[in-house]
Amino acid sequence: MSALLEARNVSKRFGGIEALSDVSFSISRGQIFGLIGPNGAGKTTLFNLLTGLAPPDRGSFALDGRALAGLKPDRVAARGIGRTFQNIRLFANLSALENVMIGRHVRTRAGVLGAVLRDPATRAEEAGIERRAADLLDYVGIRSRANEAAGSLPYGDQRRLEIARALATDPVLLALDEPAAGMNASETAALRGLLERIRGDGTTVFLIEHDMRLVMNVCDRVLVLDYGRRIAEGAPAEVQRDAKVVEAYLGTPDKDGPG
Amino acid sequence: MREAIARLKRHPAAPLAGTAIVALALLALPFALAAAGTTWVRVANLAFLFVLLSLGLNIVVGFAGLLDLGYIAFYAVGAYVYALLASPHFGIHWPFWAILPIGAAVAALFGILIGAPTLKLRGDYLAIVTLGFGEIVRIFLNNLSRPVNITNGPQGIARIDPFRLGGIDFSKSDSFLGLAFSGPIKYYYLLLLVLLAVIFVCLRLQNSRIGRAWEAIREDEVAARAMGIDTTRLKLLAFAMGASFGGVAGGMFSAIQGFVSPESFVLVESIMVVSMVVLGGMGNVWGVILGALLLSFLPEFLRFTVEPAQRQLFGRTLIEPEVIRMLIFGFALVLVMALRPGGLWPSAVRKRELAERDGAMAGKLR
Repeated sequence: MSALLEARNVSKRFGGIEALSDVSFSISRGQIFGLIGPNGAGKTTLFNLLTGLAPPDRGSFALDGRALAGLKPDRVAARGIGRTFQNIRLFANLSALENVMIGRHVRTRAGVLGAVLRDPATRAEEAGIERRAADLLDYVGIRSRANEAAGSLPYGDQRRLEIARALATDPVLLALDEPAAGMNASETAALRGLLERIRGDGTTVFLIEHDMRLVMNVCDRVLVLDYGRRIAEGAPAEVQRDAKVVEAYLGTPDKDGPG
Repeated sequence: MREAIARLKRHPAAPLAGTAIVALALLALPFALAAAGTTWVRVANLAFLFVLLSLGLNIVVGFAGLLDLGYIAFYAVGAYVYALLASPHFGIHWPFWAILPIGAAVAALFGILIGAPTLKLRGDYLAIVTLGFGEIVRIFLNNLSRPVNITNGPQGIARIDPFRLGGIDFSKSDSFLGLAFSGPIKYYYLLLLVLLAVIFVCLRLQNSRIGRAWEAIREDEVAARAMGIDTTRLKLLAFAMGASFGGVAGGMFSAIQGFVSPESFVLVESIMVVSMVVLGGMGNVWGVILGALLLSFLPEFLRFTVEPAQRQLFGRTLIEPEVIRMLIFGFALVLVMALRPGGLWPSAVRKRELAERDGAMAGKLR
């Protein structure tokens, strides 16, 4: 299997805090790759560096063998990384459909002239955008909510809508930041089905998640961060048994006291 | 009666008939106004110019969500481009149809010039910088008379050419089909034509890939970037588009007035245009038009009623009409903002935004 994403020695400091230090890993095509770790371990920071929201201090990412260094977020999206946000960042006042349509921006071309003249090519493109957006809402299971304002949707549906919007950018790598947060058990089960379907349809998934059952069930490989350092990587079952992981999550009695 | 109206509304020809009625009214309006006095035709023309300005600013403020308090600078740029290229000042007399696009392009360039350094700024900070920019342009116009006299300083530029098309001179009266077409009436029709074109462009832009990208930037810039929207390019595009409308309006203003000076482009004018956009309903093209028309006509209307009313009541003018005008004007604005914060005719999106905020506040109170 060829590596789709390579991270080499990625480091980032915020003031005196080492948010990430020397993190390296690689994600193979067609995997669901989990990223776990206690709060503040640097998971979201890693996503932000990957998607170009902030530059790493050292180290680099390469997608499909080509470096992502110095690219702005919109260029990263154009290269094929779609993402969602831990604290949902939908266009809250726009409809669900419009949200997904905006995701198509990066794969479409119409400019001012096309918008004003509405030539056949532009009209065809617009129809395609709308059709694709509706299909994606269907894909994540919220087609019936197409015309509702994104901000007024139930929490679980907002998470799904964010996934649909990210999928609209035709990503080769879909980076999901805690998609199950705030979901109940049945919603999480449905999410698991959706993630497996996305992988089945050929999109590699990079998943930050706190719901361990979901991670253990759905991921092919898991990377564990603690205080910005990589402490383990492997198949879910291996990682679960790793002493350092257990320590990071539960603490050791002599260090942190009971509980 | 109500039922009859409802039935009429459902009739398949209703939209067509409605459009026809509005069109006829707009075509007949200048003659009705001329009957009340040519001044009123001029007032209508000035109102149309402000509608043009408001629609241009609406692209920046309403669509892309960038608060611009120096918008009148682009109007000034358009006005001076026309004045310099069609007056005895330099002895250049180009035709208007050649100058208007140049004015639009130069204004767009200025839009990019102000846009580029302010891209990282948001909200209040952007407002302050654009406000400064507006003043800089005005001060330049005031002082560019030495060492080389370009703008003629505070005296302004006079004897600017009116529009001429073939044998039609827009500053003179013509009769056609037995009707007297005075200069202002001819400008009225020309402005109406330009206005329709601009409305068309605005509506099409709003409902397009570009318009959606602007909405995305306004709603959440970080998410917009993560979805692959080049926010730098799209913000500059908004500034340039908005500015170019201002430039066209400026050129027409120059020709209609025949005279420009820096005094026409003071800060208050910028604030006036922002008020029109906000009062009418940011982001909604029809709302913005309504706002611009109201705020243009209302003061004129008051000017013609306040003084005579005082004479009647007290026998003399106690308070200058200008003072009362500003008082009523300010009061009306406060009232609208308090009762209809989304503007008189808000956009659907803005309505949702306010409803949500109220809902959230109610939730907190509970």
